[in-house]
Amino acid sequence: MIEIKDLTKRYGSFTAVDSLTMDIAKGTVFGFVGPNGAGKSTTMSILATLLAPTSGSAKVGGFEVTEHPGDVRRLIGYMPDFFGVYDNFKTTEYLDFYGASYGLSRAERKKIIPQLLELVNLSDKAEFYVDSLSRGMKQRLCLARCLVHEPELLILDEPASGMDPRARIEMREILKELKLMGKTIIISSHILPELAEMVDEIGVIEQGRLIAKGRVSDIQQGMRANRVLHIRLLEREDEALAMLAEEPYVSMSYLDEQGIHLHFGGTDADQAALLGRLIGHGYRVVSYSEAQTNLEDVFMEITKGAKLS
Amino acid sequence: MNVTDRLINPVLEKEFRLRMRSVKSIVAILSYLVAMALLAFGFLYVTMNDYGMQAFNPERSQMLFYFITGSQMVLICFMTPGLTAGVISGEREKQTLNILLTTRQSSASIILSKLAASLSFMVLIVIATLPLYSMVFLFGGVSPSELISVFLFFLFVMVMLGAVGVFFSTMFKKTMVAVILTYGFTVVIYGFTGLFAIFLSAILPRGNMLAGYVLGTNPMGALLSLLNEDFSREVFGRASSLQIWHIFVPFYTLVTVLAILLSIRYLRPILRKPAGNGKQ
Repeated sequence: MIEIKDLTKRYGSFTAVDSLTMDIAKGTVFGFVGPNGAGKSTTMSILATLLAPTSGSAKVGGFEVTEHPGDVRRLIGYMPDFFGVYDNFKTTEYLDFYGASYGLSRAERKKIIPQLLELVNLSDKAEFYVDSLSRGMKQRLCLARCLVHEPELLILDEPASGMDPRARIEMREILKELKLMGKTIIISSHILPELAEMVDEIGVIEQGRLIAKGRVSDIQQGMRANRVLHIRLLEREDEALAMLAEEPYVSMSYLDEQGIHLHFGGTDADQAALLGRLIGHGYRVVSYSEAQTNLEDVFMEITKGAKLS
Repeated sequence: MNVTDRLINPVLEKEFRLRMRSVKSIVAILSYLVAMALLAFGFLYVTMNDYGMQAFNPERSQMLFYFITGSQMVLICFMTPGLTAGVISGEREKQTLNILLTTRQSSASIILSKLAASLSFMVLIVIATLPLYSMVFLFGGVSPSELISVFLFFLFVMVMLGAVGVFFSTMFKKTMVAVILTYGFTVVIYGFTGLFAIFLSAILPRGNMLAGYVLGTNPMGALLSLLNEDFSREVFGRASSLQIWHIFVPFYTLVTVLAILLSIRYLRPILRKPAGNGKQ
């Protein structure tokens, strides 16, 4: 659905996007992760035909964004990170205006608007003025606006920013529904746990460069090469810590009130052997577990590596 | 898509709807009419006391027409930039422009609809002043064709100032900058060109037509030539059939077309194909 090759965007001497290359398959929910100023919004703006790239190529649905912007606009629904609404417009009028702007007939608009309002749980606000809605409601309305022309690709730039926890959950549920509808979605967010549940793939971008891309589970698996083990013993933890520090594959170890923490670089077999040696030395093991890595850990680990390199 | 959908552009419909729902619009029409009425009745009051008479002299009817028309012209130059210089930059400031630009509306359709909506409102204001002109017809001295030509001239000036306002609004991100530049342009064409023409006529030998050509870029000069043919003869010489508005209309048609075309060109980023080697 999206093919990006050597995409670069420069503003004078500042490079916002640096030789970005990636593909996103149709029907994928792709999480675009990165700190502020990493180049996520710039990439999304280029895909939405709002910015011209300095060099490289970006295709949406096979259409080059610089050559066929009209065809690209037909395929996409774009939700910017910051957006405004028109004063004195009612919710239905707001959607009707954008429907008409996408070339939908009056009859088509009349049919789709109630469906969209139902999808985003705003049916009871149909006759309310848009500027009287809460921020969360406006975000949902904007999402409904993205869908008015039934696009194949949704480009959502921080769709849940500024929302309270309840509004975030509501937004997440809507996005899950859209995923079930088979839409291709590219979504950026700072709130990594909220992406973890719904994305198929993530791309980590920093300083305009894509530093990791793949299925969340694959990236997490890759991180297991440097997993953190958490060990609790019934007694003699200080003694065990000294012993573990001498073990192969252990790069770092420390003890706190929760027990022993080990940074372990071995395989699953090495991990099992380590447990065997602990028991063999007479330590009474209460628990021996691997710390769970979430998307936030993945992001921190990858970006730490990128910064060091 | 039916005929109504085709005829009414969504951006135009939105502009009409939002503008007419705003209290500011009603206040603008009211303020304009009050200003015009005060000027017209002020003129009547002042002239009624001429020569010790306590009545309006019908011979002054044509002067009243000129006075109302001139006042209207000044008010148009104040109102039009204010109405048009924020149409694109305002959307940008409200963060609604990017969303609009990702729809299937063409740049031409957005620019022309915005211009048409702003001008329609100005036309509505000017038409609302028609009853004031009835005072002139009450006393006679002005033909309906004169009134029509004056209104067509107003329309032309509004389109021209509106196009320039939309152009600055497209080219500059801040509405404040666009408004200042549009008013700056208005001051130049209303004031500077007039003063420069006067200066040229003072220093150039009689018969030199340069001052007339400069005056041809001044809306007031063009309006005067439209109301009084002798005015152009005084500027260009008795033998010349050239009217000042003959220069004004083609010159500002060019300015208008150029302003609209540039606005359309620069509304969206220029998505040119990047260099094949990946470097620029």
